[in-house]
This record gives sequence, structure tokens and C-alpha cells, in this order.
Amino acid sequence: MEKDIILKAENISKQYRLGQVGTGTLSHDLNRWWYQIRGKENPYLKIGDINDRSTKGTSDYVWALQDINFEVERGEVLGIIGKNGAGKSTLLKILSKVTAPTTGSIKSRGRIASLLEVGTGFNGEMTGRENIFLNGAILGMTKKEITSKLDEIIEFSGCERYVDTPVKRYSSGMTVRLAFAVAAFLEPEVLVIDEVLAVGDAEFQKKAIGKMQDISRGEGRTVLFVSHNMAAVKSLCTRGIVLEHGKVVFEGGIEDCINQYFNDLMQLTQRKWNPEASPQTDFLRLLEAKVLNENDELTLNHLISNSIILEFTYEIIKEERLFTHGFNLYNSQNIHILSSHDKDSQTLKSSLKKGIYKKRIVLPGNLLAEGNYSCSFAIMTYNPFFVEFHEIDIVGFNIIDEVGQHTARGNYSGNFPGVVRPILKWK
Amino acid sequence: MNTTNNTNQWLFEITPKNKFFSLNLKEVWQYRDLLFLFVKRDVITVYKQTILGPLWYLIQPLFTSITFTIIFNNVAGIDTGTIPPFLFNLAGITVWNYFTACLNGTSDTFKANAGIFGKVYFPRIITPLSVVISTLIKFGIQFLIFIVFYIYYYFNGANLSVNSSILFFPILIIIMGILGLGLGMLISSMVTKYRDFSNLIGFGIQLLMYLSAVMYPMELIKQKLPKYGWIVDYNPLAYVIETSRYMLLNVGQISILGLVYTLGITIVIFFIGLLVFNKTEKSFIDTV
Repeated sequence: MEKDIILKAENISKQYRLGQVGTGTLSHDLNRWWYQIRGKENPYLKIGDINDRSTKGTSDYVWALQDINFEVERGEVLGIIGKNGAGKSTLLKILSKVTAPTTGSIKSRGRIASLLEVGTGFNGEMTGRENIFLNGAILGMTKKEITSKLDEIIEFSGCERYVDTPVKRYSSGMTVRLAFAVAAFLEPEVLVIDEVLAVGDAEFQKKAIGKMQDISRGEGRTVLFVSHNMAAVKSLCTRGIVLEHGKVVFEGGIEDCINQYFNDLMQLTQRKWNPEASPQTDFLRLLEAKVLNENDELTLNHLISNSIILEFTYEIIKEERLFTHGFNLYNSQNIHILSSHDKDSQTLKSSLKKGIYKKRIVLPGNLLAEGNYSCSFAIMTYNPFFVEFHEIDIVGFNIIDEVGQHTARGNYSGNFPGVVRPILKWK
Repeated sequence: MNTTNNTNQWLFEITPKNKFFSLNLKEVWQYRDLLFLFVKRDVITVYKQTILGPLWYLIQPLFTSITFTIIFNNVAGIDTGTIPPFLFNLAGITVWNYFTACLNGTSDTFKANAGIFGKVYFPRIITPLSVVISTLIKFGIQFLIFIVFYIYYYFNGANLSVNSSILFFPILIIIMGILGLGLGMLISSMVTKYRDFSNLIGFGIQLLMYLSAVMYPMELIKQKLPKYGWIVDYNPLAYVIETSRYMLLNVGQISILGLVYTLGITIVIFFIGLLVFNKTEKSFIDTV
């Protein structure tokens, strides 16, 4: 069967000018115009650096997006993931016609409506009901469409009691609920959603995700979804693209995309902090974290049967306190795999003198499944129980599975599910 | 479904540039409810949390007319013939106010709406259009005040009569609105890149008022300042105001040639404004 492509992006690029827009624009404008009337290409399109925030570029122009190509099928929920500044928002802005691409084109077979940030155009002076109409019309609905869905919208938002109160009296959560409710009842063929789920309580988030699943599965509408919430991305999307420095670096199934994203995020086997920037509390500051193999060497990739040593170095800046250490382990889907604390620590019995100390945790081999993992480190006090600090995403490592009798896998080489992979005794 | 056969059947395409003159009336029509809701919003919210509310619509033209009457008629001695000077000024100011309100309201379209334009697409022209329409309501209220004073003076024995050409008065107001809209779109587009224009407009409007025959008859300036009278002659706004006084108060002159000239200028400015506005709306969010 041929694919039913509803949206197609061809060579989308977007160039931005850095620095102060305004100074020197007139000369650039005149220059550009001079090239244009002679029928030549815009001279400023040839230059431009890759958009990498951390390096200092040579040119005033950067490419926020470069040669983006992708296709979306009807009824598909496409996740767009990438780090901050990778170009996700720029891409969505182009898709929702807020800004034009510098080159390339997007072709669509259906109306596109965007939900770049909910509550756009909400007017605090007007009531919830009036804002439903205004917001709906801004998003492209006609008055008739809104009127026919008004009751459903109000019910979904859960704001019945306040619907005739000016929106400026609403809590931020209520505003988001109302705004999302309006958008959820839009009926465009393609819906573009960015970071909507960042606000609202857990119950509403669940409702919102459910609604979006209905939209895409039940009603067969196409959704482009951008979020940092990988759990939401994973549960909603079927396919994804990973953006990095304005380019598509990966395209494929959503699980692979998320792995790719985390893979890129945490290739850190060692972290050192300056004293002022380190995670700290009034008596202790963290100085260094390392991921080591059994031979005390910094290692990123560990075979599944080998143990992994996490080493944390900290400095006691004030004696007197009794405390202990803890750590959490997360996998690439941000699932909390395990938690552990140093319940018999010496530091719980007598306080440490000022100075630098090291703490090691050994993760035994044949415990975790293959994949990427991220560690956190915490300092807690007992009596009363209090978490002094809990620093997440400090260091990470990859576990690589192997085939053999010394692993849980044995000689089976196919897909092996599960988040842990211990060798169990079969009797 | 087969994609290879219907590659030409895209509903729309997002490309770097807009077509030269794309007014896209069809799209504006699709969003007509939004236009109406914007107008409603403007009307509802302007005077929320004020004590006098819509009365502010009336206070401004009344006090300006009183000031003008004292300065220009009593002190400077401008002669308004048989027409009470206050009524003469009120007529000019009411019409002039509509123009300035249109211009002021539309000239910061992009800057004032950057937040919403940055998130959602709708035909941008809806915003200035809604300003021109909601301003029309304000004009209506101010015009009612003019009628009240007209009746007051009429029953107090002033020699007033309405010209039959008053039937064309609405057309005159529409011309005024389109002129304000065109100029406003032009300026709002240029302000996004060069902020200098927003400074220009503040005192530019003030200066323009003195050249637009608001507080004097057009004939008078030609008599008193024969050398500079041509400046007023070339000002399309002067014809609109002079003509509206002719229609409302039956004073001054009506110049068909002047009106044709005004109409021509209005159409030209409107289309230039539209052209620049269309070009700007595609990428202004990167520069604003």
C-alpha cells in the first residue's frame, strides 16, 4: 500500500542573525536589495554557522535549521525531540506559519493548527466563556463550531463554576486547563503541540494525554508533538525525529529516538565541579563523580557481566553533622530503576573532620538490562529525615549485553525484554 | 491512496516568500468570526476598570473643541462665518479623530501583538481591520455628541442647514478609515525593523493636523498664506475634512477634483501598505 503523506517538509532551512538586530541592518538590507535587483542570490545565505551555542562562531548568521526533510503520514503522531536550542521550536514555528523558512517548503494536505503555547490571546478582562470563543477563533474555529462544542469544552476543562468569571481571577492551572480544552476540540487535520503538558496537575496531564491519544488514534488526526517529557512522548508517539544543532540526526521508531536522545545526553563518565557551582549543603559539597570499571579506569560502556563502580568525592566544610549517602538510577526512558542508601555508614555514628572523602558504590554485574543509565547522588540526614541535596543526571554509563553462559541471556540472541537482567536460579 | 498521482493536490504550501499582492480575501472571510470577536474584545476591554467608562470617548473631543475655539477663534480670530465656532471645530475634530485613532491603533500592530503573532497563525490583516472597525464604534459615539450639539445650536437660533450630499458622508468616513489603515499598515511594518518610525508618528500626527484644515476653512489658508497654501492643497486629509464640514454644516467648498485625488491617494497608500504588510508578516517575528 502506498503511504498517505499528509505533510512533507523539503529542505527546510532557517537562518537567524545574531547579535543586535538593528545595527548595520540597513547596510545589509541595501546590499541584499542590490544583489536582488541584479538577479543574484542573497549573499548572506552563503555564510552562516551551524547552530551550536557553546562554540563561538565566526559569522553573524547562524542556521537554526538546515536541510530538514521529513514526511508525516495521515494519523501518525510524530515526536520531535532534541536538546534545548536544537531547533525544535523553530521548526514548529515554521510549521504553524508563524515565521517563514529561509529556504525550502512545507506542503500540506490539511489544515494545520498549532498549540505552541496554550492560552494564546487569552484576555484577562474577559470571562472564561468569552475567552473560549476568542481563543477558538484565533486557533481557526468558526463561531458555529465553537458554539456546538461549548458544553464539551467547558466540561473537559473542569472549570464550570468559573466560566463566567474574568480569566484574570483564574489560577495558572485553571487557565491552562481551559486553554487546553479549547485546543483539544479543534478539528484540524494536523495538530502541532509544544510543551503543553508541562503545567497542570497529574490528573489533568493524564486526561490531556488520553485526549491526545483519542485525537490521533480514534479520530485519525495527525499530531506533531514536541515535549521534554519523554514518558509522554513515548506513550503518545509512534515515530520520531531527533534534532541536533538544527539537523535531523535520527529518524525512526520512538523508542530508538528516545535512546538516541539520551545516548547523546549523557556520555559523561566523570564530572567535576568548581566549589561555588557544586551541589552542596551547609556542611558538605560534592566535588567529583566518576564511573569506573573493575580496574578503576573511567569507562562509559560496560559489559553486562562486569560490575560498575560509582565513585563520589566530597568535601566536609563543617564538622558536627551526622549524615549518609544515597543514589538513584534511571534508565533512558527516565524510569527509576532503583534507589539505595548507605544505611550503615560510619558518618551516621560520628561526624567527619573537615577534609576530602570518597564514597564508592559497586553495582554488581548481571543486574541491569542493556541500555543507557543515569545516576543521581544525594546527601541525607536522619532524625529528622531530610534530603540535603539530590543531584540528578550526574554521570551515566551504557550497558552492553553479551551472549554466553555467564549472562542471563545465555545463548539466545533475540529481543530480550525487561529493565533488569539478573541470573536467577531455576530449580 | 496513491501519493505519486496526486502530488499536485497539496492544500497549501509554506514557502519563504508571499506572493506579491496577496490580499487573500478568502482566508480573511474564513476568519470573519475572529474579526468580530477582536472588535468585541476591543470594545469591552478598553474602559474596564475606569470610572467614567465610555464617557472618555466624549470628554476628549469636547475639551479639544473648547480649546480650539478659545485659541483659534477667540484669540487668533479665525472666522467661521455663520457657523458657531465650537460646532465648526467639533465637526473637524470628530472626523480627524477617527483618522488618528485608526492610524495610532494600526501603526503598532506588529509590536503590540508580537506575543500572539509569535504563537498562532491567522491572517495578520485581521488585527488592523478590527482596529479600524472598533474605532468606527468610537467614532459613532463621538458623532452622536456632534448631533446633540447640532440640535442644541439649531434650537438656539443658529443658522444651520444640512447639505443633501450628506448621504455620501459614510463613504467619506470609509475613505478616512482606509487611509488610516493603509498608512498604519505601512508604518507598523517599518517599525518592526526600524524603531525610528514610532517616534516619528507621535509628533507627525500633530503636525499633520495643522495641515489638514481641522480648525480652519481651506479657503482661509489660501487667502492668508498664498505661498504655502499648496501644502494643504496636496493633503488628501484636508479634502476629507473640508468636505465633511460641507456635508454636515453646509460651509466651505466641495472640490470634486480634490476628492478624486484623495480617493486615488487612498487606494495607492492602501495597496503599498498591504504590500509591505504582506512582506513583513512572513518574517517579522525574527526581527521584532
